[in-house]
Amino acid sequence: MTDHTTPKNSLLRQDARTVKRNRAETRFKAYGIAAIAVGLLMLLILLTTIIGRGTGAFQQTFLTLDVQLLEAKLDKKGNRDLEDIKKVSTFGYAPLMAAALEKKVADTGIETGLKPKDMAAILSKDAAAQLRDFVLENTDLIGSSVEFRFLTNSRVDGYLKGRVTRESIANDKNISTAQLDLVDALIADGALEKRFNLAFITGADASDARPEAAGMGVSMLGSLFMMLVVLALALPIGVAASIYLEEFAPKNWITDIIEVNISNLAAVPSIVFGILGLAVFINYMHLPNSAPLVGGLVLTLMTLPTIIISTRASLKSVPPSIRDAALGVGASKMQSVFHHVLPLAAPGILTGTIIGLAQALGETAPLLLIGMVGFIASNPPDGIASGLLDPNSAMPAQIYEWAKRADPAFYERAWGGIIILLVFLVTMNAIAVMLRRRFERRW
Amino acid sequence: MSLVKLTTSALAISAVCATAAVARDQVQVAGSSTVLPYASIVAEAFGENFDFPTPVVESGGSSAGLKRFCEGVGENTIDIANASRKIKSSEQEVCASNGVTDIIEVQIGYDGIVFASDIDGNTFEFTPEDWYKALSAEVVVDGAIVANPYKNWSEVNASFPDQPIQAYIPGTKHGTREVFEEKVILAGCEATGDFEAFKAANGDDKKAAEKACIALRTDGASVDIDGDYTETLARIESNKDGIGVFGLAFYENNTDKLSVATMSGVEPTVETISTGDYPVSRPLFFYVKKAHIGVIPGLKEFAEFFVADEIAGPDGPLAEYGLVSDPELATVQDTVANETVLGNGS
Repeated sequence: MTDHTTPKNSLLRQDARTVKRNRAETRFKAYGIAAIAVGLLMLLILLTTIIGRGTGAFQQTFLTLDVQLLEAKLDKKGNRDLEDIKKVSTFGYAPLMAAALEKKVADTGIETGLKPKDMAAILSKDAAAQLRDFVLENTDLIGSSVEFRFLTNSRVDGYLKGRVTRESIANDKNISTAQLDLVDALIADGALEKRFNLAFITGADASDARPEAAGMGVSMLGSLFMMLVVLALALPIGVAASIYLEEFAPKNWITDIIEVNISNLAAVPSIVFGILGLAVFINYMHLPNSAPLVGGLVLTLMTLPTIIISTRASLKSVPPSIRDAALGVGASKMQSVFHHVLPLAAPGILTGTIIGLAQALGETAPLLLIGMVGFIASNPPDGIASGLLDPNSAMPAQIYEWAKRADPAFYERAWGGIIILLVFLVTMNAIAVMLRRRFERRW
Repeated sequence: MSLVKLTTSALAISAVCATAAVARDQVQVAGSSTVLPYASIVAEAFGENFDFPTPVVESGGSSAGLKRFCEGVGENTIDIANASRKIKSSEQEVCASNGVTDIIEVQIGYDGIVFASDIDGNTFEFTPEDWYKALSAEVVVDGAIVANPYKNWSEVNASFPDQPIQAYIPGTKHGTREVFEEKVILAGCEATGDFEAFKAANGDDKKAAEKACIALRTDGASVDIDGDYTETLARIESNKDGIGVFGLAFYENNTDKLSVATMSGVEPTVETISTGDYPVSRPLFFYVKKAHIGVIPGLKEFAEFFVADEIAGPDGPLAEYGLVSDPELATVQDTVANETVLGNGS
């Protein structure tokens, strides 16, 4: 027997090159895991920041007071005529609240050197409007005493949320230490407390003087009407275009050009659609400024390519055998498409549409150009025509607007708005995933 | 077939909506981002107290607002333009050529422009000369015009701390920029005597000398901010050496983050600005299209409400937010009540 020497190359002993290749593979896996880890970390940081900064917006500080609705102030003639009562402006209601607060302070025995007017400064400027609206609806209550829950000033709210401290207000002329002492006493009494603020989700935007009263509700409706326009236009046009291109159109250089251009259109930056919308819909067609209808039209242009591309992909994924079978039993081309191919492609089309809508929902840039940023979302629309044509903002535009206002309280609301927007986007994407899982067919 | 039906009905609905472009019933305002907070405070109070819908206020800058204002007359154009400067005669000409001839100019009050740095940083006592020397593209050193050599505030003025020059100033589309150039840089240029040197170098041409004065350095020491004051604030928070230009109202809402500098020894407050002691302030305006009064419901009422004592007076919500109210408010109220229009070319 000769010596049994290990051959130079063996499966049991890796040669230098194999070792090198295997190491490269291990390294690549490590890079991949690292990349995913970085991605997850960023997501975690993003979510914790958003939730940490934004949840504050869903809570607001309220002060409960008994207000005497004095007839002498609100209805001087005493005839309960709505027109006469309307003549008393919000400025006329301010003394009532100051008196109510003064009484509260006296009743609970709080020691404060503040004048009634300075005490009332801890209330929101929205409080007078709140009270006036109430009185106009309940004129029969004039002369009686009503318990009312008022919003407080954003500085007081910031104090309860830890944004404003006794140190930080040293140079602030909007609030004084004496007022914070009063706030502390009212908290101890239980009249002043932080509670869930539904108005942030349902309310209208507020001016710079009263960030505590601002809400997302009206801009949410603006977004809703825009999405309705997008859905009503982009879905039928997009599906019709893709069915024609996919099933009927001859394959020649013209359809090739169209195809390339649809792909190009999908990659066009959204601001371009904004300029186009301004030039075509507002300056040429004379549609109203800042109207959700115009916003919806612009976003339709932006969403169309996305819908066309995804619809064509899902039409393509229906096997030719289905079409052949339909044609084989005598169906016309159109019958084969509408009775067989389209229903099978529907889940894919819906998924593409929902993702396109979600993308349009979060779009801000084109809206800047058609006048949807500013103090716009102040009137809730009454009815569909008003919802489409009256000036309104949209959720992302409202967030952008809040982020650039001076008062730091708006900054918190911008983060809160992002939470609401994210909830919508996550829900839409989840529906898209569910539809795909539930109805998708594999061939 | 249902698809076809859907498509046609959707198109029909949108067509109906488009043609039925109903008569506008709310006032539309656009323009200066400095006036925006004031205008939105008034709009909100107007919506609450009147039976008219709340006016819509857009921002975008004085020039952009006036441009839209001058686009023509009709429901599709805005009714009021906010501006942080007076309308220029060139803009009036554009207006006139588009049929916007009768313009009511309303001055609502004054706004102070303040210089502020990070709250924990050094404090400054500026004069216009300091800003001119720190930011001008060319300065006179030992009788010769040279490119600005200063890198540190201590080089500009020996009493200043040793801190690199880093200024965040409003971009050219802002009305604030013009006031800054005129009342700070140009004033400083004249005070240092450099103006005469530029004039001599340009063959006694005053315009060219002014231009040379307000040409700012482009080596990074001065950064134009095209966005809002929140962007300037963010820059200062990330670079503690930075000094920014803000409106008084913005500063007063952010006193916990910013420390304000004095100008020529005067601290900017509502009082010093209204008396004129603080030198860097400017009037704020809005312009009303007279042709729209009576067509757009609530327009005149809104303009009158804007300058009413309870709103724009010294105790009103605008003053509380930071506006320095106009001592001549009664005259302004008359202007609005009588619908007095601007003279041509004034």
